[in-house]
Amino acid sequence: MTATLEAAAPSPAGEIPSFTVTLRIRRFNPEVSEEATWEDFTVEAHGTDRILDALHKIKWDEDGSLTFRRSCAHGVCGSDAMRINGRNRLACKTLLKDVNPDKPITVEPIKGLPVVKDLVVDMEPFFASYREIMPFLITSGNEPSKERYQSPEDRAKFDDTTKCILCAACTSSCPVFWTDGQYFGPAAIVNAHRFIFDSRDEGGSQRLEILNDKEGVWRCRTTFNCTEACPRGIEVTKAIQEVKRAMITRAF
Amino acid sequence: MQTHQYDVVIVGAGGAGMRAALESSKEARTAVISKLYPTRSHTGAAQGGMAAALANVEDDNWEWHTFDTVKGGDYLVDQDAAEILAKEAIESVLDLERMGLPFNRTPEGKIDQRRFGGHTRDHGQSAVRRACYAADRTGHMILQTLYQNCVKQDVEFFNEFYVLDLITDHDLTTEEIADGEEVNATGVVAYDLATGEIHVFQAKAIIFATGGAGKIFKTTSNAHTLTGDGMALAYRRGLPLEDMEFFQFHPTGLAGLGILLSEAARGEGGILRNSEGERFMERYAPTIKDLAPRDIVARSMANEVREGRGAGPNKDYVLLDLTHLEPAHIDAKLPDITEFARTYLGIEPYTEPVPVYPTAHYAMGGVPTNIKGEVLRDGVNVVKGLYAAGEVACVSVHGSNRLGTNSLLDINVFGKRSGRAAAEYAKTASFHELPEDPTVRVVEQLDEMRNRPDGERIADIRKALQDTMDLNAQVFRTGDSLNAALADIRELQKRYRNASVQDKGKLFNTDLLEAIELGFLLDIAEVTVVAAINRKESRGGHYREDFPNRDDANYMLHTMAYRRPTAASDQAEGHVEGYFDHVEEFDGYKVVLGSKPVVQTRYEPMERKY
Repeated sequence: MTATLEAAAPSPAGEIPSFTVTLRIRRFNPEVSEEATWEDFTVEAHGTDRILDALHKIKWDEDGSLTFRRSCAHGVCGSDAMRINGRNRLACKTLLKDVNPDKPITVEPIKGLPVVKDLVVDMEPFFASYREIMPFLITSGNEPSKERYQSPEDRAKFDDTTKCILCAACTSSCPVFWTDGQYFGPAAIVNAHRFIFDSRDEGGSQRLEILNDKEGVWRCRTTFNCTEACPRGIEVTKAIQEVKRAMITRAF
Repeated sequence: MQTHQYDVVIVGAGGAGMRAALESSKEARTAVISKLYPTRSHTGAAQGGMAAALANVEDDNWEWHTFDTVKGGDYLVDQDAAEILAKEAIESVLDLERMGLPFNRTPEGKIDQRRFGGHTRDHGQSAVRRACYAADRTGHMILQTLYQNCVKQDVEFFNEFYVLDLITDHDLTTEEIADGEEVNATGVVAYDLATGEIHVFQAKAIIFATGGAGKIFKTTSNAHTLTGDGMALAYRRGLPLEDMEFFQFHPTGLAGLGILLSEAARGEGGILRNSEGERFMERYAPTIKDLAPRDIVARSMANEVREGRGAGPNKDYVLLDLTHLEPAHIDAKLPDITEFARTYLGIEPYTEPVPVYPTAHYAMGGVPTNIKGEVLRDGVNVVKGLYAAGEVACVSVHGSNRLGTNSLLDINVFGKRSGRAAAEYAKTASFHELPEDPTVRVVEQLDEMRNRPDGERIADIRKALQDTMDLNAQVFRTGDSLNAALADIRELQKRYRNASVQDKGKLFNTDLLEAIELGFLLDIAEVTVVAAINRKESRGGHYREDFPNRDDANYMLHTMAYRRPTAASDQAEGHVEGYFDHVEEFDGYKVVLGSKPVVQTRYEPMERKY
């Protein structure tokens, strides 16, 4: 008793028939060669298939050595950010039909982080920046015996930046980050914003001081790549602007 | 090979693992080993909320919550554990708020609460607002908040390390261990995905928090990585698994995809309709309708489809109707799930109903523990130094059917308890000697898989497993369908022994790990089906069409399944002639079933009506 949306039956998604699609994938395996190469794979796809489905088809039916991260497969765990036709996206949230399957679709690892194998990058530098901005609630005095109160209006001020799943799509789309790996990058700033604008938090000035560093928010060139890349629809550039403004207006 | 020594080793960095780590790392030298980066864990996919009788928006108390949990689990719940769950829920939610979790708020600024399936006021009178939530991404917020606090507390993680063996000082698979004799867990063996290196972690206390096993099914809300690793490792080392026949099918998976659409959609007023536009839940649960517990709603939906009232061209799903709700309300309370409908099915929930069908969601069963989180090696005796919490464990607070919002609660209450208990134990315990080469089993297994030159593809075997489980062991089961599933699993276990991987490398070899994970899935599917064959009654998530009624006289017991050598006795502890006596032989081992009593305190089993 399983509902099916196989291509043989018209799907409620608008009856998109099966089609063939070519993925042009950037391959790299340091056990084989120091050079990265492009490799084309052609697979049969169904109407609602995502890039991740096509990658799985390749890995499971053609070449088991194709390597990528994935877990939840519906856009909440942040494992499978990659560069698809030159734009950072989550493979599990990008439908093949939406990226022009008539031409080969290029799939590369996200930029600015060391490539480990095929589409897998070393995420450690990314998480190191995240940890530096003190991504946790800072308070003083005794804990209240019940919850801390917060008005719905105050809660709304940082709602957008609580959505971050740390996929690195934003940071690895940033031209400043590409040329300067020391730059904190948009994701770290987004997570600083999440606490700086939380009415319960008392660590705002410390975080602003950290981000006032030469590798901090002032390096942002407002290119909006990050906002376009965010699979969660966070207005990343706006959040960075709000942090900049807080730096100017708040005394610390 | 590298070796490490920690007082406490926690396996898994989802909600339960990190909640445990926040406790134990304050008191003892702690390492968390996780096959994923912590923020990738599937706790983050939980949506609707976390139950606690805060009574912030209406009258409520923990006793009502306990009752609902017991009734929701069709009385197979251990009532002492359910009482702890409901009582400690309140402090657990407050803990998270104080850690920084951004809950939705009431106009006065308190944590807001909403309705959820099976949660009622005054023992079933009407639905109650008990679920504390953050939009429809409560699990995401819990996972992030716990990770943030792990960063704050400088918890040590080993990320992308796969634990592939549990070491104990007695071989429980073969030795006869006397009642009361001490058995110790002494360490785990892990595989570093990035380098392919083997690491041995010697520990005084080990906490398994490895999550569920939803990938035994094809249609599931679970992540690709939920392959029952911890359950399978415990089982292979001779520990029992409890109540594995009870698997929850969440009513509202996106049709054909299985992606979860939270019950919060119905908590906020969404309605299930069949092809005739009828609100069919009025027929199945007249009092609380669409907010009946998940097993009842899932069965009702499947029944509508079976009787020809399914929607769509193949009449194989029903519709979740949100079109009568204000778009602003949907945006505020259900932003993520409505986006899933748009992204994956191209459906606009403001104006169109969403195609939904039950999706495999949650294992009620697992590694048996007591209320401290200590793992049981039979009905009574614990394995010293071994703990389990979260979906991998069976306390049992969920009985035969878990209520929505009780799993985010479970990971917090029992994650915290097991973390504290493990650290406390580690303070007085000493390290136990490891065997001369603790890695031998893992190395052999990996080498064999890697070196087998040409064999069948892992993916083909996995697909066949998932297909047969969906076909034969889903919402509706019969003796025949389950025996068909078991025959398929036997065949697949054989094929698995000749499967091979294509990636023969050391570095980041996910091909190899998928192969190892398939071995776990096969074992978990096998024990699930054997337990389901044995239970000839219908209760909670386990519905036998050939035995449609609950049978308290004979089956008000937890199933305990053991893997034993072929030569071992056919009788396990709790053997009941004619009821808990099933044995299945496989090549080289057998599965033997016994039982364990259900703890009843204040609630007598009643007929379950909503």
